[in-house]
Amino acid sequence: MSGEASKAIEPKVLWGGGRSPFSISYGKIMMWIFLVSDALTFGGLLVGLGFARHAAVTKGFAWPSSEQVFTHFPFTHEHLPLLYVAFMTFILIISSVTMVLAVEAGHRMDKKKVAFWLALTVVGGAIFLGSQVWEWSTFIAGPDGDITTWADNATLKQNFFLPISTEGGHAILGMEGPQAYAMFFFFITGFHGFHVFTGVVFNFIILMNVLAGTYEKRGHYEMVEKVGLYWHFIDLVWVFVFTFYYLV
Amino acid sequence: MERDDIIEYSLHSHHSAEEGVKLRKKIYFVTALLSVITIIEVLVGVFISRSANEGTGLWEAIKMGYIVLTLIKAGYIVLVFMHLGDERKYFKWMILVPYILFLLYLIFIALNEAIAVGEGMKL
Repeated sequence: MSGEASKAIEPKVLWGGGRSPFSISYGKIMMWIFLVSDALTFGGLLVGLGFARHAAVTKGFAWPSSEQVFTHFPFTHEHLPLLYVAFMTFILIISSVTMVLAVEAGHRMDKKKVAFWLALTVVGGAIFLGSQVWEWSTFIAGPDGDITTWADNATLKQNFFLPISTEGGHAILGMEGPQAYAMFFFFITGFHGFHVFTGVVFNFIILMNVLAGTYEKRGHYEMVEKVGLYWHFIDLVWVFVFTFYYLV
Repeated sequence: MERDDIIEYSLHSHHSAEEGVKLRKKIYFVTALLSVITIIEVLVGVFISRSANEGTGLWEAIKMGYIVLTLIKAGYIVLVFMHLGDERKYFKWMILVPYILFLLYLIFIALNEAIAVGEGMKL
């Protein structure tokens, strides 16, 4: 699958200069370097979530339980914990699979199949984005709103907020516990959603190029592989967000 | 102008139809595996609630289980879907080792500090 990289080459030749010792083109290496830096950003955000949560719980704040917060499903008011986010996760995994199938078809120079699988990937990404819009709007303004980043949201079903102190007769509401939970929700899923949006745009542009025959002429479909790396990375991040935000 | 001083690694990545069949089989296997793991995670999340079990040994075990399952999923995505497992050894470790070392250190230091901060500011 990686062609040149799986070929056995004498170390002396491999590291002797005049070629990439990794047998990877410049563009693909740079995509990997970018993904490492982006993974550090997401790692920082998730570790930040862990910091806020451990500090808040040690101080004595409540930390909402995700299976009590994410209980909504479109078109119904049934209590269905975690099912909608499971659906979103599944969509993202499947769109990752269609992407890897597009890359595989690209290695066989099968233009029709590449276009087919890439188009499905774009559709999957769009469904995920739409789901996220629904999830956000439910929590911000919906009648079932459970979490908020501000204290006096009248639509809240459950009031999570604990006053820190009552100096001068005013209850001072903390930014910890449930509010921090909500802020991390919007920041992390928002940052991830922005990546998904970018990925869908990239995939769409590459799909147009595939249809126009750009890569057929070039002799290889490496651009599909590069946007594929980015798209798999989005799925990878979501696997961690799913565990550390929704499950643990 | 044709350049002959650049090795076009991307031109060597083609494979035959038979190899494609084998690769697709692997892809479908990983798909099934990722789906099954996700279903298990969701079922555990739905039927064993954190709020009811927090602080017990059961919840600690579930938490560890979640982390292990997540790392398995991440490994399959990176090594199979992103083909990092098929790249050269040095490239693979150049990507993985600095990241893993830095993140382990960050997790260790941040979570320890979080508890220290919390202890100092108890309600």
